Amino acid sequence: MTTTGTPAISVTGLRKSFGPKLVLDGLDLTVPEGTVFALLGPNGAGKTTTVDILSTLTPADGGEVRIAGHDLHREPDAVRASIALTGQFSAVDDLLTGAENLRLMADLLHVGRREGQRRAADLLERFDLVDAAGRVPSTYSGGMRRRLDLAMGLMGDPRVVFLDEPTTGLDPRSRRAMWDVVRGLVADGVTILLTTQYLEEADQLADRIGVLDAGRLVAEGTADELKRMVPGGHVRLEFSGPEPLERAAHALGVPPAGDGVLALEVTGDGSVAALKSLLARLDDAGIDVAGLTVHTPDLDDVFLALTGHPTPAEVTA
Amino acid sequence: MSTLALTVHDSATMLRRNLKRAVRYPGLTVIVAAMPIVFLLLFVFVFGGTLGAGLGLPSGGRAEYLAYVVPGILVLAITGGAQGTAIGIAMDMTEGIIARFRTMSIARASVLTGHVVSAVIQTMAGLAMVVAVALLIGFRPEANALEWLGVIGVLAMTSFALSWLSIAMGLQTKTVEAASNLPMPLMLLPFFGSGFVPVESMPAGLRWFAENQPFTPIIETTRGLLTGTAIGSSGLVATAWCAAIALVGYLWARTNYERRPAR
Repeated sequence: MTTTGTPAISVTGLRKSFGPKLVLDGLDLTVPEGTVFALLGPNGAGKTTTVDILSTLTPADGGEVRIAGHDLHREPDAVRASIALTGQFSAVDDLLTGAENLRLMADLLHVGRREGQRRAADLLERFDLVDAAGRVPSTYSGGMRRRLDLAMGLMGDPRVVFLDEPTTGLDPRSRRAMWDVVRGLVADGVTILLTTQYLEEADQLADRIGVLDAGRLVAEGTADELKRMVPGGHVRLEFSGPEPLERAAHALGVPPAGDGVLALEVTGDGSVAALKSLLARLDDAGIDVAGLTVHTPDLDDVFLALTGHPTPAEVTA
Repeated sequence: MSTLALTVHDSATMLRRNLKRAVRYPGLTVIVAAMPIVFLLLFVFVFGGTLGAGLGLPSGGRAEYLAYVVPGILVLAITGGAQGTAIGIAMDMTEGIIARFRTMSIARASVLTGHVVSAVIQTMAGLAMVVAVALLIGFRPEANALEWLGVIGVLAMTSFALSWLSIAMGLQTKTVEAASNLPMPLMLLPFFGSGFVPVESMPAGLRWFAENQPFTPIIETTRGLLTGTAIGSSGLVATAWCAAIALVGYLWARTNYERRPAR
């Protein structure tokens, strides 16, 4: 991990609205060369819009962006020559075979017949697509499509790769295979900006994680730093009726989950000590608990804790 | 590479892609060629006897009507091709690969020029089939080699102009279904011109429209080259119309392509 020199991606004050809807509200981020940055956030947080702007697909309304040393606004073609985008929406030609798709990229990148063939053979080998090279992508599995998609992007030997939710919709095995591919890229010194809804994915791959909410970074740090902000998920308590629920809510100072659900979610790390103290408090108040589940931290917890939306922070104190 | 060389190179790559796709997904091309052939047979064998008698020629009949209607059918085939082109680009735009092209350092217009040139080639192949069927059922044009070249030129020019227009239409619409509907009026225009009956037989207002719409001079030029009827200023007017349609179509298509949402 290098942190010296010009950052591969630097974004300051990025703004974007679609009509009256504000999508990016002054986004700042810096990604040093050769590192992986994960943008974590729920649907609608602005992840895809950020990637679309950084990959020159959508113009920004304001802000400065430099990618691989080039100004996005003034030198879009120089930026395009240094990047590759692999999105949640497959960008392969369904009527061309895998090999023909790679060949199309080689032609558009002007790398020459022989060099194009060499790169294609190399990528097919690396991404375990040799057997599938002669078939059209409609016969591929989701994971194979995603790998072909990424291979097409890598034909141009990009310095910066944008991965927009690279494993959304993949089964766990394909997800792991994709993670291995990404780790291989990092080993080659490629800079990666990755968007994801999964904390685990960010945890596995990223050097730094930014949590995006309503078009702003609400937190940024390493996976460990973020996890420290979220003590460890929550404990879900279920009750047999509205009366014990209300009393428990009062005793713990937690608002009920609402919608008539007879449950409370209490932030806590699920450790034996925390559970003991929680149960002791319920016991003291003489409340019967019908069910109890411990949730380890997921994006919802990180998000709730970091955005200041209804979080029962006082209970964990 | 210079900008021009780059544009040509990238457009050629896109053309190869589109032709390969056309070969692997031939349904569209076949429909584009089949529709005018059905119309040719319908107009010659069902309506041809009566319509031929109305042409006012000394020996009016089915054979005369065949000679009269072929240019109209050819132009109708081009408009059918334009519909296919609009559907083709609309389908392409629904795939993520266009977004990929836009993140690559390639000539911006090459996606569109690739589609246009491929559309012209497909349409001309369809027209060759229509002409073959016409010859098979007794069409005997008097054109010499040079005049045939002229016919090819006029039809290619028309196809080129309508392809740009239909690319723009295909980019204008949000769905593939809408893209197939927008060029529909184009397919009706040959009927409101000199394609199927002489404009002299139409009522005054319609006749004025028929004489001044773009397809009439195109049809008249093709007819003149094929069967030796008078061309007059039709050739020039047809060229002017095609240049204007191509330019409007090109600018409209470019604007729509740039304005398209990311994905």
